[in-house]
Amino acid sequence: MIKFLDVSKTYANGAQALRGVSFHIPRGQFVFLTGHSGAGKSSILSLITGDYHPTSGDVRVSGFSIAGLSSRELPKLRRRLGIVFQDFRLLEHRTAEENVAFALEVTGARPEIIPNKVMKVLTRVGLAGKARAYPRELSGGEQQRVAIARALVNDPPILLADEPTGNLDERATRGVFQLLREINAGGTVVVMATHNLDLVRQTDYRTIELRDGQVVFDSVDETPVAAP
Amino acid sequence: MRLASREAFRSIRRTPLLSILSVATIGFSLFTFGLFALVAVNFQGALAGLAERVELVAFVLRGTPPETITIASQDVGAFPEVLSVTYVTEEEALTRAQEELVEFREMYRDLTANPLPASLEVRLHPEYRNAAQAQVVAERLRNFPFIEDVRYGQEWIERLDRLRTLAGLVGGVIGVAFAAVALVIIGVTIRMTVLYRAEEIAIMRLVGATNSFVRRPFLLEGALKGLLGGILAVLLCWVGFVLFRATGGFDLAGLVFFNAGQVTMIVVSGVLIGLVGSLFSVGRHLRHV
Repeated sequence: MIKFLDVSKTYANGAQALRGVSFHIPRGQFVFLTGHSGAGKSSILSLITGDYHPTSGDVRVSGFSIAGLSSRELPKLRRRLGIVFQDFRLLEHRTAEENVAFALEVTGARPEIIPNKVMKVLTRVGLAGKARAYPRELSGGEQQRVAIARALVNDPPILLADEPTGNLDERATRGVFQLLREINAGGTVVVMATHNLDLVRQTDYRTIELRDGQVVFDSVDETPVAAP
Repeated sequence: MRLASREAFRSIRRTPLLSILSVATIGFSLFTFGLFALVAVNFQGALAGLAERVELVAFVLRGTPPETITIASQDVGAFPEVLSVTYVTEEEALTRAQEELVEFREMYRDLTANPLPASLEVRLHPEYRNAAQAQVVAERLRNFPFIEDVRYGQEWIERLDRLRTLAGLVGGVIGVAFAAVALVIIGVTIRMTVLYRAEEIAIMRLVGATNSFVRRPFLLEGALKGLLGGILAVLLCWVGFVLFRATGGFDLAGLVFFNAGQVTMIVVSGVLIGLVGSLFSVGRHLRHV
Protein backbone atom coordinates (compact mmCIF):
# COMPACT_ATOMS: atom_id res chain seq x y z
CA MET A 1 0.00 0.00 0.00
CA ILE A 2 2.82 2.42 0.97
CA LYS A 3 6.42 1.71 0.08
CA PHE A 4 9.49 3.83 0.82
CA LEU A 5 12.38 2.70 -1.36
CA ASP A 6 15.71 4.10 -0.15
CA VAL A 7 14.23 7.58 0.08
CA SER A 8 16.27 10.69 0.76
CA LYS A 9 14.89 14.18 0.92
CA THR A 10 16.84 17.41 0.96
CA TYR A 11 14.84 20.64 0.96
CA ALA A 12 15.64 23.70 -1.14
CA ASN A 13 17.28 25.38 1.88
CA GLY A 14 19.76 22.48 2.07
CA ALA A 15 18.23 20.80 5.13
CA GLN A 16 18.43 17.03 4.81
CA ALA A 17 15.17 15.66 6.19
CA LEU A 18 15.42 11.97 5.26
CA ARG A 19 18.31 9.69 4.50
CA GLY A 20 17.95 6.28 2.91
CA VAL A 21 14.52 5.51 4.40
CA SER A 22 12.94 2.21 3.38
CA PHE A 23 9.84 0.48 4.72
CA HIS A 24 6.65 -1.12 3.51
CA ILE A 25 3.19 -0.64 5.01
CA PRO A 26 0.76 -3.31 3.79
CA ARG A 27 -3.01 -3.07 3.54
CA GLY A 28 -4.87 -2.76 6.85
CA GLN A 29 -1.90 -1.86 9.05
CA PHE A 30 -1.82 0.75 11.83
CA VAL A 31 1.59 2.39 12.06
CA PHE A 32 2.98 4.91 14.52
CA LEU A 33 5.69 7.24 13.33
CA THR A 34 7.63 8.45 16.33
CA GLY A 35 10.69 10.56 16.98
CA HIS A 36 11.67 14.00 18.19
CA SER A 37 10.73 17.19 16.38
CA GLY A 38 12.73 17.40 13.17
CA ALA A 39 13.33 13.65 13.09
CA GLY A 40 11.55 13.36 9.74
CA LYS A 41 7.98 12.29 10.64
CA SER A 42 6.28 15.17 8.84
CA SER A 43 8.60 14.77 5.86
CA ILE A 44 7.46 11.18 5.52
CA LEU A 45 3.82 12.26 5.60
CA SER A 46 4.52 15.10 3.11
CA LEU A 47 6.09 12.63 0.72
CA ILE A 48 3.10 10.30 1.02
CA THR A 49 0.70 13.17 0.30
CA GLY A 50 2.78 14.22 -2.71
CA ASP A 51 3.56 17.65 -1.25
CA TYR A 52 7.17 16.98 -2.16
CA HIS A 53 9.05 14.66 -4.46
CA PRO A 54 11.87 12.58 -2.99
CA THR A 55 15.39 13.81 -3.79
CA SER A 56 16.38 10.20 -4.44
CA GLY A 57 14.63 6.86 -4.21
CA ASP A 58 10.89 6.55 -4.62
CA VAL A 59 7.70 6.43 -2.61
CA ARG A 60 4.83 4.27 -3.88
CA VAL A 61 1.38 5.05 -2.53
CA SER A 62 -1.64 3.07 -3.60
CA GLY A 63 -0.23 2.56 -7.09
CA PHE A 64 1.20 6.08 -7.50
CA SER A 65 4.92 6.74 -7.83
CA ILE A 66 5.61 9.98 -5.98
CA ALA A 67 8.99 10.51 -7.70
CA GLY A 68 7.26 10.76 -11.06
CA LEU A 69 3.97 12.26 -9.87
CA SER A 70 2.64 14.99 -12.15
CA SER A 71 0.51 17.88 -10.98
CA ARG A 72 -2.42 16.31 -12.84
CA GLU A 73 -2.08 13.08 -10.86
CA LEU A 74 -1.80 14.83 -7.49
CA PRO A 75 -5.58 15.29 -6.97
CA LYS A 76 -6.13 11.63 -7.88
CA LEU A 77 -3.59 10.59 -5.24
CA ARG A 78 -5.15 12.90 -2.66
CA ARG A 79 -8.55 11.31 -3.23
CA ARG A 80 -7.01 8.01 -2.13
CA LEU A 81 -5.85 9.59 1.14
CA GLY A 82 -7.54 10.99 4.20
CA ILE A 83 -5.42 13.54 6.02
CA VAL A 84 -5.80 14.80 9.56
CA PHE A 85 -3.70 17.51 11.22
CA GLN A 86 -2.92 18.62 14.74
CA ASP A 87 -4.60 21.99 14.10
CA PHE A 88 -7.72 20.39 12.51
CA ARG A 89 -7.72 22.76 9.51
CA LEU A 90 -11.45 23.18 9.40
CA LEU A 91 -13.09 26.03 7.52
CA GLU A 92 -14.32 28.33 10.28
CA HIS A 93 -17.24 29.76 8.34
CA ARG A 94 -18.75 26.37 7.55
CA THR A 95 -20.70 24.07 9.83
CA ALA A 96 -19.44 20.59 10.66
CA GLU A 97 -21.59 19.04 7.93
CA GLU A 98 -20.55 21.69 5.40
CA ASN A 99 -16.89 21.03 6.18
CA VAL A 100 -17.40 17.34 5.54
CA ALA A 101 -19.57 17.91 2.47
CA PHE A 102 -16.89 20.21 1.06
CA ALA A 103 -14.54 17.23 0.65
CA LEU A 104 -17.19 15.47 -1.42
CA GLU A 105 -18.10 18.54 -3.46
CA VAL A 106 -14.53 19.29 -4.53
CA THR A 107 -14.15 15.75 -5.80
CA GLY A 108 -17.25 16.13 -7.96
CA ALA A 109 -19.61 13.87 -6.00
CA ARG A 110 -23.24 13.87 -7.15
CA PRO A 111 -25.15 16.46 -5.07
CA GLU A 112 -27.99 14.06 -4.23
CA ILE A 113 -25.70 11.58 -2.45
CA ILE A 114 -23.83 14.16 -0.38
CA PRO A 115 -26.23 14.73 2.58
CA ASN A 116 -26.61 11.01 3.18
CA LYS A 117 -22.88 10.29 3.05
CA VAL A 118 -22.11 13.25 5.30
CA MET A 119 -24.60 12.21 7.95
CA LYS A 120 -23.34 8.63 7.82
CA VAL A 121 -19.74 9.62 8.44
CA LEU A 122 -20.68 12.17 11.13
CA THR A 123 -22.62 9.42 12.87
CA ARG A 124 -19.57 7.19 12.60
CA VAL A 125 -17.40 9.75 14.41
CA GLY A 126 -20.15 10.42 16.97
CA LEU A 127 -21.07 13.93 15.89
CA ALA A 128 -24.43 13.49 14.18
CA GLY A 129 -26.01 15.72 16.82
CA LYS A 130 -23.62 18.58 16.11
CA ALA A 131 -23.81 18.60 12.33
CA ARG A 132 -25.02 22.20 12.26
CA ALA A 133 -22.41 23.50 14.70
CA TYR A 134 -19.57 25.75 13.55
CA PRO A 135 -16.01 24.79 14.52
CA ARG A 136 -15.88 27.59 17.13
CA GLU A 137 -18.86 25.99 18.87
CA LEU A 138 -17.09 22.63 19.18
CA SER A 139 -14.44 21.38 21.61
CA GLY A 140 -10.97 20.45 20.34
CA GLY A 141 -11.81 16.76 20.38
CA GLU A 142 -15.03 17.38 18.45
CA GLN A 143 -13.24 19.52 15.89
CA GLN A 144 -10.73 16.73 15.37
CA ARG A 145 -13.61 14.30 14.88
CA VAL A 146 -15.03 16.58 12.20
CA ALA A 147 -11.59 16.63 10.55
CA ILE A 148 -11.51 12.83 10.69
CA ALA A 149 -15.02 12.67 9.22
CA ARG A 150 -13.89 14.93 6.39
CA ALA A 151 -10.86 12.69 5.83
CA LEU A 152 -13.05 9.58 5.75
CA VAL A 153 -15.98 10.76 3.69
CA ASN A 154 -14.39 9.79 0.38
CA ASP A 155 -13.67 6.27 1.74
CA PRO A 156 -9.89 6.51 1.33
CA PRO A 157 -7.87 3.30 1.81
CA ILE A 158 -5.21 5.29 3.71
CA LEU A 159 -5.61 7.74 6.60
CA LEU A 160 -2.65 9.94 7.53
CA ALA A 161 -2.73 11.65 10.91
CA ASP A 162 -0.08 14.20 11.80
CA GLU A 163 -0.07 14.61 15.58
CA PRO A 164 -3.88 14.31 15.66
CA THR A 165 -3.98 14.44 19.47
CA GLY A 166 -1.33 17.12 19.89
CA ASN A 167 -3.88 19.83 20.77
CA LEU A 168 -6.24 17.66 22.79
CA ASP A 169 -6.66 16.92 26.48
CA GLU A 170 -6.30 13.38 27.76
CA ARG A 171 -9.97 12.45 27.48
CA ALA A 172 -10.30 13.80 23.95
CA THR A 173 -7.03 12.10 23.03
CA ARG A 174 -8.39 8.75 24.14
CA GLY A 175 -11.60 9.33 22.18
CA VAL A 176 -9.84 10.32 18.97
CA PHE A 177 -7.36 7.47 19.27
CA GLN A 178 -10.15 4.98 19.81
CA LEU A 179 -11.86 6.35 16.70
CA LEU A 180 -8.66 5.88 14.66
CA ARG A 181 -8.43 2.30 15.90
CA GLU A 182 -12.00 1.63 14.83
CA ILE A 183 -11.28 3.08 11.42
CA ASN A 184 -8.25 0.82 11.11
CA ALA A 185 -10.34 -2.15 12.22
CA GLY A 186 -12.49 -1.48 9.15
CA GLY A 187 -9.46 -2.14 6.92
CA THR A 188 -8.11 1.39 6.44
CA VAL A 189 -4.35 1.87 6.71
CA VAL A 190 -3.66 4.43 9.44
CA VAL A 191 -0.30 6.17 9.63
CA MET A 192 -0.09 8.32 12.74
CA ALA A 193 2.81 10.61 13.53
CA THR A 194 2.92 11.27 17.26
CA HIS A 195 5.03 12.38 20.20
CA ASN A 196 2.65 10.67 22.59
CA LEU A 197 4.51 7.55 23.68
CA ASP A 198 1.74 6.62 26.12
CA LEU A 199 -0.53 5.97 23.16
CA VAL A 200 2.17 3.97 21.42
CA ARG A 201 2.69 1.78 24.49
CA GLN A 202 -1.04 1.11 24.88
CA THR A 203 -1.12 -1.06 21.77
CA ASP A 204 1.05 -3.48 19.88
CA TYR A 205 0.73 -1.57 16.62
CA ARG A 206 3.74 -1.27 14.39
CA THR A 207 6.06 1.59 15.39
CA ILE A 208 8.64 3.22 13.15
CA GLU A 209 11.01 5.47 15.05
CA LEU A 210 12.98 8.14 13.27
CA ARG A 211 16.06 10.05 14.29
CA ASP A 212 17.87 12.62 12.14
CA GLY A 213 16.00 11.50 9.06
CA GLN A 214 16.73 7.81 9.44
CA VAL A 215 14.68 4.85 10.63
CA VAL A 216 16.30 3.77 13.90
CA PHE A 217 13.62 1.32 14.95
CA ASP A 218 10.88 -0.60 13.21
CA SER A 219 8.85 -2.90 15.44
CA VAL A 220 8.13 -5.18 12.50
CA ASP A 221 11.81 -6.13 12.57
CA GLU A 222 11.82 -5.98 16.38
CA THR A 223 15.47 -5.03 16.16
CA PRO A 224 16.79 -1.50 16.57
CA VAL A 225 18.66 -0.23 13.54
CA ALA A 226 22.02 1.10 14.59
CA ALA A 227 22.52 4.78 13.88
CA PRO A 228 25.70 5.52 11.95
CA MET B 1 -20.48 25.62 -12.35
CA ARG B 2 -23.30 25.80 -9.81
CA LEU B 3 -20.86 24.94 -7.06
CA ALA B 4 -18.37 27.51 -8.34
CA SER B 5 -21.10 30.19 -8.34
CA ARG B 6 -22.17 29.24 -4.85
CA GLU B 7 -18.57 29.39 -3.61
CA ALA B 8 -17.96 32.73 -5.34
CA PHE B 9 -21.07 34.33 -3.81
CA ARG B 10 -20.32 32.77 -0.44
CA SER B 11 -16.85 34.30 -0.55
CA ILE B 12 -18.22 37.74 -1.46
CA ARG B 13 -20.80 37.55 1.35
CA ARG B 14 -18.22 36.36 3.85
CA THR B 15 -15.78 39.15 3.14
CA PRO B 16 -17.99 42.12 2.26
CA LEU B 17 -15.38 44.74 3.10
CA LEU B 18 -12.70 43.08 0.99
CA SER B 19 -15.19 42.61 -1.82
CA ILE B 20 -16.25 46.26 -1.71
CA LEU B 21 -12.58 47.24 -1.63
CA SER B 22 -11.88 45.07 -4.69
CA VAL B 23 -14.84 46.48 -6.63
CA ALA B 24 -13.91 50.05 -5.60
CA THR B 25 -10.28 49.51 -6.59
CA ILE B 26 -11.22 48.13 -9.98
CA GLY B 27 -13.85 50.87 -10.36
CA PHE B 28 -11.54 53.75 -9.46
CA SER B 29 -8.62 52.37 -11.48
CA LEU B 30 -10.84 52.06 -14.55
CA PHE B 31 -12.37 55.46 -13.72
CA THR B 32 -8.92 57.10 -13.90
CA PHE B 33 -8.30 55.34 -17.18
CA GLY B 34 -11.83 56.20 -18.31
CA LEU B 35 -11.35 59.91 -17.60
CA PHE B 36 -8.23 59.88 -19.72
CA ALA B 37 -10.10 57.94 -22.42
CA LEU B 38 -12.91 60.51 -22.28
CA VAL B 39 -10.44 63.34 -22.86
CA ALA B 40 -8.85 61.33 -25.67
CA VAL B 41 -12.22 60.57 -27.27
CA ASN B 42 -13.20 64.25 -27.23
CA PHE B 43 -9.79 65.33 -28.49
CA GLN B 44 -9.99 62.81 -31.31
CA GLY B 45 -13.50 64.09 -32.01
CA ALA B 46 -12.20 67.64 -32.23
CA LEU B 47 -9.40 66.54 -34.58
CA ALA B 48 -11.91 64.64 -36.70
CA GLY B 49 -13.99 67.85 -36.82
CA LEU B 50 -10.96 69.71 -38.12
CA ALA B 51 -10.26 66.97 -40.63
CA GLU B 52 -13.82 67.42 -41.91
CA ARG B 53 -12.58 70.67 -43.37
CA VAL B 54 -9.96 68.94 -45.51
CA GLU B 55 -11.10 69.69 -49.06
CA LEU B 56 -9.47 69.99 -52.47
CA VAL B 57 -10.56 72.76 -54.81
CA ALA B 58 -9.73 72.22 -58.49
CA PHE B 59 -10.12 75.42 -60.50
CA VAL B 60 -11.50 74.95 -64.00
CA LEU B 61 -10.16 76.79 -67.05
CA ARG B 62 -12.57 79.37 -68.40
CA GLY B 63 -14.50 78.19 -71.41
CA THR B 64 -14.51 74.51 -70.47
CA PRO B 65 -17.81 73.03 -71.69
CA PRO B 66 -20.14 72.06 -68.82
CA GLU B 67 -20.59 68.54 -70.29
CA THR B 68 -16.84 67.93 -70.03
CA ILE B 69 -16.90 69.04 -66.42
CA THR B 70 -19.90 66.82 -65.63
CA ILE B 71 -18.20 63.76 -67.12
CA ALA B 72 -14.95 64.58 -65.31
CA SER B 73 -16.88 65.05 -62.05
CA GLN B 74 -18.18 61.50 -62.38
CA ASP B 75 -14.64 60.24 -63.02
CA VAL B 76 -13.32 62.08 -59.96
CA GLY B 77 -16.25 60.83 -57.88
CA ALA B 78 -15.15 57.29 -58.72
CA PHE B 79 -11.71 57.78 -57.13
CA PRO B 80 -11.57 55.47 -54.05
CA GLU B 81 -10.41 58.39 -51.89
CA VAL B 82 -13.25 60.68 -52.90
CA LEU B 83 -16.40 61.06 -50.82
CA SER B 84 -18.11 63.74 -52.90
CA VAL B 85 -17.51 66.15 -55.79
CA THR B 86 -19.38 69.43 -56.10
CA TYR B 87 -19.27 71.52 -59.24
CA VAL B 88 -19.32 75.24 -58.39
CA THR B 89 -20.05 77.44 -61.40
CA GLU B 90 -18.52 80.89 -61.81
CA GLU B 91 -21.84 82.50 -60.80
CA GLU B 92 -22.18 80.34 -57.71
CA ALA B 93 -18.60 81.18 -56.75
CA LEU B 94 -19.37 84.89 -56.98
CA THR B 95 -22.60 84.61 -54.99
CA ARG B 96 -20.81 82.63 -52.32
CA ALA B 97 -17.99 85.16 -52.17
CA GLN B 98 -20.46 88.00 -51.79
CA GLU B 99 -22.18 86.19 -48.94
CA GLU B 100 -19.16 84.89 -47.12
CA LEU B 101 -16.53 87.59 -47.63
CA VAL B 102 -18.40 90.47 -46.08
CA GLU B 103 -15.44 92.87 -46.19
CA PHE B 104 -15.25 92.54 -50.01
CA ARG B 105 -19.00 92.66 -50.56
CA GLU B 106 -18.95 96.25 -51.98
CA MET B 107 -16.08 95.43 -54.28
CA TYR B 108 -17.82 92.32 -55.69
CA ARG B 109 -21.05 94.34 -56.19
CA ASP B 110 -19.31 96.87 -58.47
CA LEU B 111 -17.73 94.28 -60.77
CA THR B 112 -18.63 94.34 -64.46
CA ALA B 113 -17.14 90.90 -65.11
CA ASN B 114 -16.93 87.84 -62.81
CA PRO B 115 -13.23 87.26 -61.95
CA LEU B 116 -13.89 83.98 -60.10
CA PRO B 117 -13.36 80.70 -61.93
CA ALA B 118 -15.61 77.66 -61.74
CA SER B 119 -14.27 74.82 -59.58
CA LEU B 120 -14.70 71.26 -58.45
CA GLU B 121 -14.83 70.90 -54.65
CA VAL B 122 -13.61 67.46 -53.73
CA ARG B 123 -14.17 66.00 -50.26
CA LEU B 124 -12.31 62.88 -49.15
CA HIS B 125 -13.37 59.86 -47.15
CA PRO B 126 -12.31 60.23 -43.43
CA GLU B 127 -9.46 57.72 -43.72
CA TYR B 128 -7.93 59.67 -46.64
CA ARG B 129 -8.01 63.08 -44.98
CA ASN B 130 -4.25 63.49 -44.68
CA ALA B 131 -1.52 65.35 -46.53
CA ALA B 132 -0.17 62.35 -48.45
CA GLN B 133 -3.54 61.25 -49.79
CA ALA B 134 -4.63 64.82 -50.53
CA GLN B 135 -1.48 65.25 -52.60
CA VAL B 136 -2.12 62.01 -54.52
CA VAL B 137 -5.65 63.13 -55.38
CA ALA B 138 -4.42 66.64 -56.25
CA GLU B 139 -1.85 65.21 -58.67
CA ARG B 140 -4.54 63.11 -60.32
CA LEU B 141 -6.81 66.16 -60.65
CA ARG B 142 -4.00 68.18 -62.25
CA ASN B 143 -3.83 65.57 -65.02
CA PHE B 144 -7.18 66.75 -66.33
CA PRO B 145 -6.35 69.23 -69.15
CA PHE B 146 -9.09 71.67 -68.12
CA ILE B 147 -7.90 71.93 -64.53
CA GLU B 148 -5.88 75.10 -64.07
CA ASP B 149 -4.84 74.72 -60.46
CA VAL B 150 -5.55 72.60 -57.38
CA ARG B 151 -5.49 74.03 -53.83
CA TYR B 152 -5.94 72.08 -50.61
CA GLY B 153 -4.05 73.93 -47.88
CA GLN B 154 -1.09 71.58 -47.88
CA GLU B 155 0.68 73.17 -44.91
CA TRP B 156 -2.48 73.17 -42.82
CA ILE B 157 -3.15 69.49 -43.52
CA GLU B 158 0.47 68.61 -42.73
CA ARG B 159 0.16 70.42 -39.42
CA LEU B 160 -3.05 68.53 -38.72
CA ASP B 161 -1.25 65.27 -39.53
CA ARG B 162 1.53 66.12 -37.07
CA LEU B 163 -1.00 66.98 -34.38
CA ARG B 164 -2.82 63.71 -34.95
CA THR B 165 0.41 61.68 -34.78
CA LEU B 166 1.48 63.48 -31.61
CA ALA B 167 -1.94 63.04 -30.02
CA GLY B 168 -1.91 59.35 -30.94
CA LEU B 169 1.58 58.82 -29.48
CA VAL B 170 1.03 60.79 -26.27
CA GLY B 171 -2.42 59.26 -25.88
CA GLY B 172 -1.04 55.77 -26.45
CA VAL B 173 1.82 56.16 -23.96
CA ILE B 174 -0.31 57.77 -21.25
CA GLY B 175 -3.12 55.29 -21.93
CA VAL B 176 -0.78 52.31 -21.58
CA ALA B 177 0.71 53.82 -18.39
CA PHE B 178 -2.75 54.34 -16.89
CA ALA B 179 -3.81 50.84 -17.90
CA ALA B 180 -0.61 49.36 -16.42
CA VAL B 181 -1.09 51.17 -13.11
CA ALA B 182 -4.73 50.04 -13.03
CA LEU B 183 -3.69 46.45 -13.73
CA VAL B 184 -1.05 46.45 -10.98
CA ILE B 185 -3.45 47.91 -8.40
CA ILE B 186 -6.21 45.51 -9.37
CA GLY B 187 -3.74 42.58 -9.40
CA VAL B 188 -2.62 43.41 -5.84
CA THR B 189 -6.24 43.62 -4.66
CA ILE B 190 -7.11 40.26 -6.17
CA ARG B 191 -3.94 38.78 -4.70
CA MET B 192 -5.12 39.96 -1.27
CA THR B 193 -8.36 38.04 -1.80
CA VAL B 194 -6.42 34.93 -2.77
CA LEU B 195 -4.10 35.20 0.23
CA TYR B 196 -7.08 35.76 2.51
CA ARG B 197 -8.42 32.42 1.32
CA ALA B 198 -5.08 30.61 1.28
CA GLU B 199 -6.18 28.23 4.03
CA GLU B 200 -9.30 27.32 2.09
CA ILE B 201 -7.25 26.69 -1.05
CA ALA B 202 -4.87 24.47 0.93
CA ILE B 203 -7.80 22.46 2.27
CA MET B 204 -9.36 22.14 -1.17
CA ARG B 205 -6.10 20.75 -2.52
CA LEU B 206 -5.70 18.51 0.49
CA VAL B 207 -9.01 16.79 -0.14
CA GLY B 208 -8.24 16.25 -3.81
CA ALA B 209 -9.57 19.29 -5.66
CA THR B 210 -8.02 19.79 -9.07
CA ASN B 211 -6.37 23.11 -9.87
CA SER B 212 -9.14 24.00 -12.29
CA PHE B 213 -11.73 23.32 -9.60
CA VAL B 214 -9.86 25.60 -7.18
CA ARG B 215 -9.56 28.30 -9.84
CA ARG B 216 -13.21 28.36 -10.95
CA PRO B 217 -14.82 30.23 -8.01
CA PHE B 218 -11.96 32.74 -8.01
CA LEU B 219 -12.36 33.39 -11.72
CA LEU B 220 -16.07 33.85 -11.31
CA GLU B 221 -15.56 36.12 -8.33
CA GLY B 222 -12.91 38.11 -10.22
CA ALA B 223 -15.15 38.47 -13.27
CA LEU B 224 -18.09 39.56 -11.12
CA LYS B 225 -16.03 42.13 -9.25
CA GLY B 226 -14.59 43.29 -12.56
CA LEU B 227 -18.09 43.68 -13.97
CA LEU B 228 -19.23 45.73 -10.96
CA GLY B 229 -15.98 47.72 -11.05
CA GLY B 230 -16.47 48.43 -14.75
CA ILE B 231 -20.03 49.62 -14.18
CA LEU B 232 -18.85 51.77 -11.26
CA ALA B 233 -16.13 53.29 -13.49
CA VAL B 234 -18.67 54.19 -16.18
CA LEU B 235 -20.97 55.75 -13.58
CA LEU B 236 -18.11 57.76 -12.09
CA CYS B 237 -17.05 58.91 -15.55
CA TRP B 238 -20.63 59.96 -16.28
CA VAL B 239 -20.87 61.91 -13.01
CA GLY B 240 -17.48 63.52 -13.73
CA PHE B 241 -18.56 64.37 -17.26
CA VAL B 242 -21.88 65.93 -16.17
CA LEU B 243 -20.22 67.91 -13.36
CA PHE B 244 -17.47 69.16 -15.67
CA ARG B 245 -19.96 70.24 -18.28
CA ALA B 246 -22.19 71.91 -15.70
CA THR B 247 -19.40 73.89 -14.05
CA GLY B 248 -17.32 74.72 -17.15
CA GLY B 249 -17.21 78.48 -17.72
CA PHE B 250 -17.06 78.21 -21.51
CA ASP B 251 -19.00 76.49 -24.24
CA LEU B 252 -18.73 72.73 -23.73
CA ALA B 253 -21.74 71.76 -25.78
CA GLY B 254 -19.52 69.91 -28.23
CA LEU B 255 -18.25 67.51 -25.56
CA VAL B 256 -19.44 63.96 -25.92
CA PHE B 257 -19.65 61.01 -23.52
CA PHE B 258 -18.66 57.47 -24.47
CA ASN B 259 -20.90 55.79 -27.00
CA ALA B 260 -22.54 52.42 -26.25
CA GLY B 261 -19.62 50.51 -27.78
CA GLN B 262 -17.08 52.36 -25.67
CA VAL B 263 -19.13 51.87 -22.49
CA THR B 264 -19.32 48.16 -23.25
CA MET B 265 -15.57 48.13 -23.83
CA ILE B 266 -14.89 49.65 -20.38
CA VAL B 267 -17.23 47.18 -18.65
CA VAL B 268 -15.76 44.25 -20.61
CA SER B 269 -12.26 45.52 -19.71
CA GLY B 270 -13.31 45.34 -16.06
CA VAL B 271 -14.50 41.75 -16.49
CA LEU B 272 -11.32 40.78 -18.35
CA ILE B 273 -9.07 42.45 -15.79
CA GLY B 274 -10.94 40.66 -13.00
CA LEU B 275 -10.63 37.35 -14.83
CA VAL B 276 -6.99 37.68 -15.84
CA GLY B 277 -6.01 39.11 -12.45
CA SER B 278 -7.68 36.18 -10.68
CA LEU B 279 -6.23 33.64 -13.08
CA PHE B 280 -2.75 35.04 -12.57
CA SER B 281 -3.03 35.39 -8.79
CA VAL B 282 -4.56 31.97 -8.17
CA GLY B 283 -2.21 30.33 -10.66
CA ARG B 284 0.77 31.85 -8.94
CA HIS B 285 -0.54 30.81 -5.55
CA LEU B 286 -1.24 27.25 -6.71
CA ARG B 287 2.30 26.92 -8.04
CA HIS B 288 3.64 27.73 -4.58
CA VAL B 289 1.42 25.55 -2.40
